[in-house]
Amino acid sequence: MISKRTELWVGIFVALAIGAALLLALRVANQGMAGGGETYKLTARFDNIGGLKPRSSVKVGGVVVGRVSRIYLNEQDLVPMVELEISSEYEQTFPDTSSLSILTSGLLGEQFIGLQPGFIFPEDLEMIEEDGVCQSAPYENCPYLTEGEEIFDTKSALVLEDLIGQFLFNQGSD
Amino acid sequence: MSFLHDLGRSTLQKVSSVGASSIMLFGALFAFPKWKNIKLTIEQMYVVGVQSLLIIMVSGLFIGMVMALQGYTILVNYGAEGSLGPMVALSILRELGPVVTALLFAGRAGSALTAEIGLMKATEQLSSLEMMAVDPLRRVISPRFWAGVISMPMLALIFSAVGILGGHVVGVDWLGVDSGSYWSIMQSTVEWNKDVVNGVIKSIVFALVVVWIALYKGYSCIPTSEGISKATTQTVVFSSLSILGLDFVLTALMFGIS
Repeated sequence: MISKRTELWVGIFVALAIGAALLLALRVANQGMAGGGETYKLTARFDNIGGLKPRSSVKVGGVVVGRVSRIYLNEQDLVPMVELEISSEYEQTFPDTSSLSILTSGLLGEQFIGLQPGFIFPEDLEMIEEDGVCQSAPYENCPYLTEGEEIFDTKSALVLEDLIGQFLFNQGSD
Repeated sequence: MSFLHDLGRSTLQKVSSVGASSIMLFGALFAFPKWKNIKLTIEQMYVVGVQSLLIIMVSGLFIGMVMALQGYTILVNYGAEGSLGPMVALSILRELGPVVTALLFAGRAGSALTAEIGLMKATEQLSSLEMMAVDPLRRVISPRFWAGVISMPMLALIFSAVGILGGHVVGVDWLGVDSGSYWSIMQSTVEWNKDVVNGVIKSIVFALVVVWIALYKGYSCIPTSEGISKATTQTVVFSSLSILGLDFVLTALMFGIS
């Protein structure tokens, strides 16, 4: 009843729509992080997070390694806490002396977290090899950042009003 | 007194037409599980979907190109032409894709549906079907309804994809925005669930409304040549207005208040 030509055209139409959906999924939208998939969680405590938002990126020297998953207030100390999801690709890569700072991309750009990798003492490296502290579950002595660990060395976002206030204060004291 | 008479009559007419259109929608919705209708639906998808493809793709291309051109001339003042990609992609995926597709669809396919069914009614084809114990809702209305509801989200997806590619043609190939930043900033801004899926939900809602109005206007028209022309006009006017109104409501629900 339906001519072959009609069927062919409807087939082409559906194929075009699927192609468009694929283009939108793969080329236009981001499917999670680069590579997607497994992540591990870190927390960090800041004094002021400025304009940081959930899903802001975490970058090491410009390379995106993770995203901010949650921002909340620590109810005891009343300071902002930031939860980070770092790609498992970078598990046991960053030393736990690494520091975080909130940076801005460009003049009008969005804010992101810059992770500055720290260092590892040579005796810690020996300890890793001898005692195997980084091989199984309680990673207490492991000198790398691992699941659930908190980063203490953080630098807050720059707030323009604070900067101007400091500047005026310095001018006044001269 | 005659004023009150008129008011009462028009109110009763409005209410009964709401009822009649709901009955028709109900009939069309629940006639789908009959799988023997699937061939009729595919045939209608050719008429409603495939034949709208050209107008959708051409307008998508030009709207994407215009967006890129206008966006570039403003963004370049701030040195932010890297943000051209997300600007084009977000405005097309969230608003222009679903809305313009629905408006074009109402003009291209909705009016044709109304005229076709109106003429079927005027030439008493619908009554003859009933005489042969064939339910016109099942045989005529339902395939057209489902073909429209299935086709329009697909048309909107194609519109968005073509529009973003058109923006690439003007922004990157002509005006010299960096191709890498066009795509990568777009990828880091556009979210699948929030932007693409919400656009598709919008176009499904618009499809329901447009096809419903088109079919009901045809089904209930006064069976004269004048009546059909009036019904066709009303289809285009009513569906365009309801698309724009619903778009505001849906945008407020999806992106407005969190």
